[in-house]
Amino acid sequence: MTRSARRTGGCRPTLRMAGAGAAALLALTACSDSDPAPGSDPGKGGESGELSGEVTVFAAASLTESFEKLGAQFEKDHPGTNVTFSFGGSDALAASITGGAPADVFASASPTTMEIVADAGAAAGTPETFVRNRLEIATLPGNPDGIASLKDLTDPGLKVVICDETVPCGSAVRKALDAGALKLTPVSYEEDVKSALTKVMLKEADAAVVYKTDVRAAGGTVEGVDFPESAGAINDYPITLLEEAPNAAAAEAFVGLVQSAAGQKVLTEAGFLKP
Amino acid sequence: MTLPSGADKGEAADTPAGGPAPLRRRRVRPRPASRTASRPRARPPGRGGAPLPLLVPALLGLAFLVLPLLALLLRAPWSSMPELLTSTEVWQALRLSLVCATAATALSLVIGVPLAWLLARVEFPGRGLVRALVTLPLVLPPVVGGVALLMALGRNGVVGRWLDDWFGVTLPFTTAGVVVAEAFVAMPFLVIAVEGTLRAADPRYEEAATTLGASRFTAFRRVTLPLVAPGIAAGAVLAWARALGEFGATITFAGNFPGRTQTMPLSVYLALQSDPEAAIALSLVLLAVSVAVLAGLRDRWMTSA
Repeated sequence: MTRSARRTGGCRPTLRMAGAGAAALLALTACSDSDPAPGSDPGKGGESGELSGEVTVFAAASLTESFEKLGAQFEKDHPGTNVTFSFGGSDALAASITGGAPADVFASASPTTMEIVADAGAAAGTPETFVRNRLEIATLPGNPDGIASLKDLTDPGLKVVICDETVPCGSAVRKALDAGALKLTPVSYEEDVKSALTKVMLKEADAAVVYKTDVRAAGGTVEGVDFPESAGAINDYPITLLEEAPNAAAAEAFVGLVQSAAGQKVLTEAGFLKP
Repeated sequence: MTLPSGADKGEAADTPAGGPAPLRRRRVRPRPASRTASRPRARPPGRGGAPLPLLVPALLGLAFLVLPLLALLLRAPWSSMPELLTSTEVWQALRLSLVCATAATALSLVIGVPLAWLLARVEFPGRGLVRALVTLPLVLPPVVGGVALLMALGRNGVVGRWLDDWFGVTLPFTTAGVVVAEAFVAMPFLVIAVEGTLRAADPRYEEAATTLGASRFTAFRRVTLPLVAPGIAAGAVLAWARALGEFGATITFAGNFPGRTQTMPLSVYLALQSDPEAAIALSLVLLAVSVAVLAGLRDRWMTSA
């Protein structure tokens, strides 16, 4: 197969594209990989604020934008530290933590996924809710279909995407639909909240039910519509220090920053609700 | 992807477990190695035993390919398998997978074989470049293929916009979309396989037919096609297997809806997040299908190597 490709005069573009593809693939795997924190000295007690080394934070995909801001802030406050994030679906992150991934902090998008980690004895102390997130309908810019409520989404003429029920945003949508006694048949159950949003950003779907924070992060490419049923389906986001944290002192400081007034300001600006 | 796995299993089926040659070194997993190191028909010419610097990495490579599949078998929830596999969702996903992979293969045959013929039999400027472009989806990450398909055939895509306006046809989130995604990824296998067979086939038969008064199309239909039929069959089976395992392009382009676009690989992926046991059971079904495909191909693959 490859031989015939290699024999051709025009294999250059193929190879170059393949190289680009390979690079993209590598980048992708690098994102999904949790880099083990290199032997960083756990600061002794950490009272004097002498923090250094690598802090590895596993966080739900919906926290991407705000946590990256907080990570930069943390590195500025504590020169010599380096915050590494692994963002993804809460379930997948929980699974890799219980599987022994060397992380310092875990912030998930639902208490259920946090329980998986706590039940495995991987959480140090009690996980605390640090923000909450509310669902919102994302529509095309200008809301051409005039969507004003969750009930409007049940119109069979509309292409609606929601999250699969295996991920936190999917179970929240299920709750909201049950609260309104509505039956919604989407065109697709997406594997995570960001891909549900993307389908609307690309105008392939007319609407998606995502988090308020996702609508805000998408800027002007989608329009948000609030709906009352979302009040009964608000997600709590718990955060915890992990039992096997390689750099516990710095990790504790990072959790502290997330819960501080400054950290909460960044999170509420992103659209999260106060706990 | 699943093909090498099937190779081991397919062979293990008819190879008695017994060491091929006495090995004087500690092996990682002697069982799978010994079961697969002996080929039923194609025997290696060397009789003097392999040198260590080659043997060690070779066995490592073998263990690397076989171990994950063995692990799948070892960790399989055999006791709960029956009810896991008789659920309607599984059958729905499996049926959709089989139907879509078959349709994608049919589509690939209809437009892929003529394309292979064009590449093999017609001299035209830029042929090398065209061949490279045809091969591209082979090396492209499937997710990228899915994104590209969305850009081209999505409701807002370059071509899809007109399809929607003129015919009211939208491909994303439909079963037809799954077939398109699978065909995009699988067709290059078929084209490359058929083109190779055509190049190896003697063109003089066709020339003879044309000198005897057959038109070029008749010569293709009555002479060339029967000549390369085995190659087409092998390419079609490869394409079918690739289409069956397609995940990235499908979930990106066609989304995930049970019974409409949720093929087996998609349900494996989603089951893994909530019910790992179900995911293992589903994986075994796909593994079994791959083994069956390889067993069907074995006569034409393993021996002609």
